[in-house]
Amino acid sequence: MNVIAIQMHFKRNLLAYIAALPMALTVFVAYMGTMFWSVRLSFSSSRMLPKNDFVGFVQYERLFNTSRWISSLENLLLIAFLFLVICFVLGFLLSIFIDQKIKAESFFRTVFLFPYAMSFIVTGLVWQWIFNPQLGVQKTVQALGWDSFQFDWIVNPDMVLYTVVIAAVWQGAGLVMALLLAGLRGIDEDLWKATKIDGIPAWRVYISIILPMLRPMIITTVVLLSISIIKMYDVVVAMTGGGPGVASEVPAKFIMDNLFERANIGIATAASTVMLTTILCLIAPFIYSNYIKKQGR
Amino acid sequence: MLSISPTNLKFASKRASSIQMQWGRIGIYGFLLVTALFFLLPLYVMLVTSFKELDEIRLSSIFALPQDVSWDYWKVAWSSACTGLECNGLQVGFWNSVQILIPSVIISVMFGAINGYALSFWKIKGANILFACLLLGAFIPYQVFIYPLIRVYAEIGIYGTLTGVVVSHVIFGMPIMTLLFRNYYSTLPIELFNAARIDGAGFFKVFFIIMLPMSTPIIIVAVIMQVTNIWNDFLIGLVFAGNDNLPMTVQLNNIVNTTTGERAYNVNMAATILTSLVPLIIYVASGRWFVRGIASGSVKG
Repeated sequence: MNVIAIQMHFKRNLLAYIAALPMALTVFVAYMGTMFWSVRLSFSSSRMLPKNDFVGFVQYERLFNTSRWISSLENLLLIAFLFLVICFVLGFLLSIFIDQKIKAESFFRTVFLFPYAMSFIVTGLVWQWIFNPQLGVQKTVQALGWDSFQFDWIVNPDMVLYTVVIAAVWQGAGLVMALLLAGLRGIDEDLWKATKIDGIPAWRVYISIILPMLRPMIITTVVLLSISIIKMYDVVVAMTGGGPGVASEVPAKFIMDNLFERANIGIATAASTVMLTTILCLIAPFIYSNYIKKQGR
Repeated sequence: MLSISPTNLKFASKRASSIQMQWGRIGIYGFLLVTALFFLLPLYVMLVTSFKELDEIRLSSIFALPQDVSWDYWKVAWSSACTGLECNGLQVGFWNSVQILIPSVIISVMFGAINGYALSFWKIKGANILFACLLLGAFIPYQVFIYPLIRVYAEIGIYGTLTGVVVSHVIFGMPIMTLLFRNYYSTLPIELFNAARIDGAGFFKVFFIIMLPMSTPIIIVAVIMQVTNIWNDFLIGLVFAGNDNLPMTVQLNNIVNTTTGERAYNVNMAATILTSLVPLIIYVASGRWFVRGIASGSVKG
């Protein structure tokens, strides 16, 4: 292209460029700019106040010597694993059963998805209430006569993570159901006729044929769920506050506490850089294959 | 007399399989009903608790129905529950949330529409890369952006103001909004656009006269998504709103998890229901539109 052609291009599309300006500003200033700033700060000696020096990986060393950070990572791994598996299995089962031409289908769909419309704060508070040993399920069962009944998970450091998983599954399983149901509805009826003639049992069909066919939906679902888990913050704040002790601490909350309560900018930005790197590795191939390659004009 | 003829056999096996089918149906409904109970349980517990007296809460089962229904605790939750020293109830947070919600939704949907339109019909150099970076932003935890953004906001004087929260919602809502509209517009025939261009219509004329009138369905989806997302937001409100504009979710958490005084569980539950009312109503009223938003967007910020 020569200079005149380039000039022509910009002149003809000038307004489009101007209209894209807010988007460019958001990307370059609000996302990239702040991201690099955060990463930059993680290599400085900042504590209460940001500093401009360069100290290498000192903050990262401090970070990974902080037992609270290590346990928050371990907690997150356990929560993520259980949440993904349970959410997916439950959501897939629900979508299969709802797809069996059942009665009251829209009632069931509405019930399974409504928690997804609730905020994490509400989710956390309700489940905190149900799990409360003095007033919730434990007390109710004990009052029925089973005096030794124990259900104190939410105040038990070994079990508290499972209560968080239950609350998170309650909120997220409906999403899996809705997305996979949409996938199931798109499958050709002829497939079922063919497998019926061949006498293949239904469960085999679902596992060996349908599941691979739903691959794109499954990838989307897993990515969505993983992201929501890595970002997990509100539900823990509302439900356990990270406790008892640090038994339900999660990375997102660790960063917020270090930023605002402990005034420890260096560690907080180092931790957020670790989170950022993890997410980027998880997500970049997904974005490329799902949104850029396929849907471009 | 019992003779084993092929027809009899066939009949027997058919009956056996239909009995099996029936058990299968019972299993399906059983599983769905039990799961539905699990999903409805928290809602039920919230509701009954919000009507009980404190003594009743201590004595009765968490699942028991309230002895009598009074709206007293709802009124307390709405107009006189305390956060710290102020006792003006959740209504403060409600109106703050409304004030945050309206401009945030309008501006972010508008930007989404214009971005989507520009990306799918106009040849902008580097558009794909820009869009990829924008989407990437949807997945990155807010914690990465928060500290520098606070500094920038403080510098230009919008930290802790209504403008600050609205700008943040627009920034963080932009990826999903742009994605929705871009995907929608790329299903429209390009000939439509070309024809309008040949007739000499410019960027905004094509947008307002041709594209916008065809966008009603996707605008509905976008508004539903943004209203739910912004209403349910906790983190952005907590960090950027400042004490005078705290949204309902933040205030709810402050009311419930306050450490001073006796815990009024009935008021807390009423407050929790009140906070989830807006998204619940939208969810029930919008029905399939809500699902459509999830399916077509598939990126929740």
